[in-house]
Amino acid sequence: MLSYTLKRLLQAIPTLLIVITLSFFLMRVAPGGPFDGERRLPPEIEQNLRAAYHLDEPLPMQYIRYLGDLVQGDLGPSFKYKDFDVSELISQGFPASLELGMWAILAALLIGVPLGVIAAIRRNSTADYVVMSTALAGIAVPNFVIAPLLALVFGVLLGWLPAGGWNGGAWQNLLLPVVALSIQQIAYIARMMRASMIEVLGSHYIRTARAKGLSEWKVILRHALRPAMLPVVSYLGPAIAGIITGSVVIEQIFGIPGIGRYFVQGALNRDYTLVMGTVVFYGALILLLNLIVDLLYSMLDPQIRYDD
Amino acid sequence: MTSSPSPSGTASSLPPARNAADQARADTLTRLGLAAEAPGTPPLMEVDDLKVDFQLPDGAVPAVKGVSFTLNKGETLALVGESGSGKSVTSTAILRLLPELAEIKGAIRLRGEDLLSASTRRMRELRGNRIATVFQEPMTSLNPLHRIGRQIIEVLALHRDLKGRAARHKALELLEQVGIPEPARRIDSYPHELSGGQRQRVMIAIALACEPDLLIADEPTTALDVTVQAQILRLLKSLQQRYGMAILFITHDLSIVRHFADRVCVMRHGELLETGTTHEVFDNPQHAYTRMLIDAEPAGEKAPVAADAPVLLSARDVRVSFTIKRPLFGPKVAFEAVRGIDLEVRRGQTIGIVGESGSGKSTLGRALLRLLKSQGNIDFDGVDIAALDKSGMRPLRSRMQVVFQDPFGSLSPRLTVGEIISEGLRVHHPELNRAQRDAQVCEALCEVSLDPGMRNRYPHEFSGGQRQRIAIARALVLKPEFLLLDEPTSALDRSVQVTVIDLLRDLQARHGLTYLFISHDLAVVRALSDHLIVMKEGEVVESGSTHAIFEAPRERYTRELMQAAFAPDLGQAHH
Amino acid sequence: MSQTTPAPHGTGAASAFDGQPPAAPAGDSLTRDAWRRLKQNRAAMCSLVVMTLVVLACLIGPWLTPYELDEVDWNAIGTGPDLASGHIFGTDVNGRDLLTRTLHGGQISLSVALVATFVSLVIGVLYGAVSGYFGGRTDNLMMRFVDIMYSLPFMFLVILLMVVFGRNIFLIYAAIGAVEWLDMSRIVRGQVLALKKREFVEAAHALGVRDLQVVTRHLIPNALGPVIVYVTLTVPKVILLESFLSFLGLGVQEPLTSWGVLISEGKDMMETAPWMLLVPSAFLAATLFCLNFLGDGLRDALDPKTR
Repeated sequence: MLSYTLKRLLQAIPTLLIVITLSFFLMRVAPGGPFDGERRLPPEIEQNLRAAYHLDEPLPMQYIRYLGDLVQGDLGPSFKYKDFDVSELISQGFPASLELGMWAILAALLIGVPLGVIAAIRRNSTADYVVMSTALAGIAVPNFVIAPLLALVFGVLLGWLPAGGWNGGAWQNLLLPVVALSIQQIAYIARMMRASMIEVLGSHYIRTARAKGLSEWKVILRHALRPAMLPVVSYLGPAIAGIITGSVVIEQIFGIPGIGRYFVQGALNRDYTLVMGTVVFYGALILLLNLIVDLLYSMLDPQIRYDD
Repeated sequence: MTSSPSPSGTASSLPPARNAADQARADTLTRLGLAAEAPGTPPLMEVDDLKVDFQLPDGAVPAVKGVSFTLNKGETLALVGESGSGKSVTSTAILRLLPELAEIKGAIRLRGEDLLSASTRRMRELRGNRIATVFQEPMTSLNPLHRIGRQIIEVLALHRDLKGRAARHKALELLEQVGIPEPARRIDSYPHELSGGQRQRVMIAIALACEPDLLIADEPTTALDVTVQAQILRLLKSLQQRYGMAILFITHDLSIVRHFADRVCVMRHGELLETGTTHEVFDNPQHAYTRMLIDAEPAGEKAPVAADAPVLLSARDVRVSFTIKRPLFGPKVAFEAVRGIDLEVRRGQTIGIVGESGSGKSTLGRALLRLLKSQGNIDFDGVDIAALDKSGMRPLRSRMQVVFQDPFGSLSPRLTVGEIISEGLRVHHPELNRAQRDAQVCEALCEVSLDPGMRNRYPHEFSGGQRQRIAIARALVLKPEFLLLDEPTSALDRSVQVTVIDLLRDLQARHGLTYLFISHDLAVVRALSDHLIVMKEGEVVESGSTHAIFEAPRERYTRELMQAAFAPDLGQAHH
Repeated sequence: MSQTTPAPHGTGAASAFDGQPPAAPAGDSLTRDAWRRLKQNRAAMCSLVVMTLVVLACLIGPWLTPYELDEVDWNAIGTGPDLASGHIFGTDVNGRDLLTRTLHGGQISLSVALVATFVSLVIGVLYGAVSGYFGGRTDNLMMRFVDIMYSLPFMFLVILLMVVFGRNIFLIYAAIGAVEWLDMSRIVRGQVLALKKREFVEAAHALGVRDLQVVTRHLIPNALGPVIVYVTLTVPKVILLESFLSFLGLGVQEPLTSWGVLISEGKDMMETAPWMLLVPSAFLAATLFCLNFLGDGLRDALDPKTR
């Protein structure tokens, strides 16, 4: 297990490097700079500013400098928010994003899996149809449509919940964003779980379990659930990536002070360091989470033990 | 016809002993107190006019149409039939494990209790406890994520309330009884760490854990090699004698029935055609179908060709190896499937290659036909084909053709039969126009006794036997001299096998074909080939004329194979 | 495996062929089988009809509506649906007819979907087929590349591209297509690998059929099924991606519009002019629904085991 972890960590490094390099060169190559769009600066001041940000050095030098800074955890200063370092901004926004994302993934699993199991057990019944149609709605209607609708209905029209704001993470403020963010993943997981469960329930070892005289519930919980969950576990990687992507939009709509909001603002403002920093951060995060998911999978399925 | 009670002075209801083996068995049963039953003791299980219909959207499909039989304590009853006979449905009905859309009528009485009207809860009490099952597919019948010990203990905990150390102890005992080596180590293994034969033994251990009255064995050895088959059957027999349980044995293989069962029921299309003791059914079959099944054992022999007949195919030191792991860094891990085989095929011969799974026989066949990369010399009619590249081989291909094992997989599903057969013509005879090709396709279909009017149909519209004929027609249309037949009849029912074997003989006589026939089925090979090669783990164990080898096999492995196939010592003396 | 019609068994000796090929009625191809099963699926058929209507509406609609894409109607700024004034779905805050804008937006959203899907199809099929057919080290390397690509946070890189190179519609086509080809290549490779081992491919080799013909006559027709299903399910994903970008303000630029842009504008006005949000949302949701139903229906029709 340990050697596998190390191997995967090593494999992750080139991927991360690619992300970093791509972001870096794209940003530097882009037309326009951080100083466009503001008042026209006198040439000398612009010159000084460029020197201060090391923008006058040759590109490869800037790259090495950037890498060096990265290793020390320094993502550079934000071009837009002049008083802040990118790493400061990210650490400011991370808690909110983390809470939002965590609840969303938990919701996706805790709601999606049972729904899928129920739909599979009561296959082709009314319950099955209802669950699957709702799931289809969850996939078909994008979260940036659902989110404003939810805010409209529950926030404005009914007034039950606040239509936006964070309020330090109070549950009233968390509820709508988490729902909007997780609906799509709930739908995917429910559908996947249903298909997987149906397949597992038709397999020979389930027939053996029934022939032993086990009750249907024991058969499902003890014998069918774990193998059926395996495809869902390997889907967790993309699911997490999807939630992170979706959080960008959800934070925007509900005004949540997370990283996603900074990211979008940075993209629109051409705040290079901020965008780059966020991309690198998200990239590393996704790689780490994918690794954890892989290890989790290998723990669940003894046929894929990575050491022998 | 059920066995009549003995008129002798003993209270036994066993048929009179005919020979020493029978007598030994009778003694054992008497010793166990199982024979001490007065005549007229009710049977253990009675199936009374069982009817099963499957409610499909297009209408009801009857699978079992009024089947009745009885099973006595300690007895082995074989339910014999080909695919679609309804034998498996019957056994699954006893367990009440049929899918929802099955409608069951009639009665199944276990010790007088009707199983069909029993509550679900009662059925659960009986399953795994009084009625145990061993299924056909050992590779997939165990939960891949649970350890072996856990799967055995599960039944003990459920029905005997055995937990912890006592349960583990019992599980170890069971593993030993079923012949698993090193049970203390194996008990913590996962299924994928065991072979097919070992997994089946574990299934048997699970079935026996609660000492059931009835064991339903649904084709338990079909997926196993011949030698392993014999071992498993021997195991079942000895366990039956030890526990005194009845076995309902479902199979399509008559040769097993002969040596394993006390009584036989023959089924076809959901109906019970004939029932009686093994002796009665085999010596004096009442129904034409039964007679046909018994006769369908391949018979006959092939006369050897002249010793100076020209050599058509010769191979020297053929080796085939596969890479099974190719890491990005480090050496490859290779597996040698064929290790230095020499071979000579003369015109008009049928060379049979027998071996179990993993022997490399199919790999060898494909290598000879240059469908695989191999090392060594291969000569076809004087041409060194081992050195040829693809385009060099092409013109020779029309002279050496192949028929594969799987009638479902060897025909392209999206082409019509006519297109499938004529594909070879387009490669090798591009000068023919469409009408001429069509005529050749019709001719080929007639040769294999199929209606040429069906040449615009698709493969899925035909039965397995018909598809194999189409595959043969595809090979024949090129008028080859040499035909590689890779287990062409293994996936077919016995009755269909016979027709295909007759066809192959017929074609060989008519066209002077040379065959290389690969099979694990010794009976078929004996009937078709004049020269035999026995392979094991990539090497030749023995080779010689078929007649000589079957008369007096020299090597131990060959003897084992023959014994397992023809006269397995299962504690019965029925022949 | 059952036969659909009982065909005469051949038993005994072969009959002689008299030289005159008899008539041969056509059989039931698998495609016809699948089409029949699809027709029985009412949800899928409905979706097909609705989809066709939506596509037609977006294509010819703009010519039929009385208003232009950016024509401002000073009499009706931010008014709701009103049949009398001709603004069937109302206007937006700038007085532009919402229906017209929605239909135009549909053109963009659908065209992005088609082009991007096509790009991903071409790249994915070629890549996957080559990798699968050649196998061995080539396959290993190619798939390793795909694995690395998979772990990149694509959405973010696409956004980065948008930021850097401006919001060029062709770039959007290419960028989105470049995101989706990975999945397509995996599917095609899986299909090719499985098919390569099938005995009818071996039989074709034994007959001496050339590689190219093996691929076109045997591999591709049998691999098409899952590919078609996947394409049908990729289109909605692409539409979603494009809408997502547009919603963030990183998609198509004025004067072009897309459903994503309209929804973004609508969300800002949802308290005062909810139709601005609802109309494009309804169109988007309906399209995505239909495509998913259709994709599911196709999957069931082509592989009836997993119902």
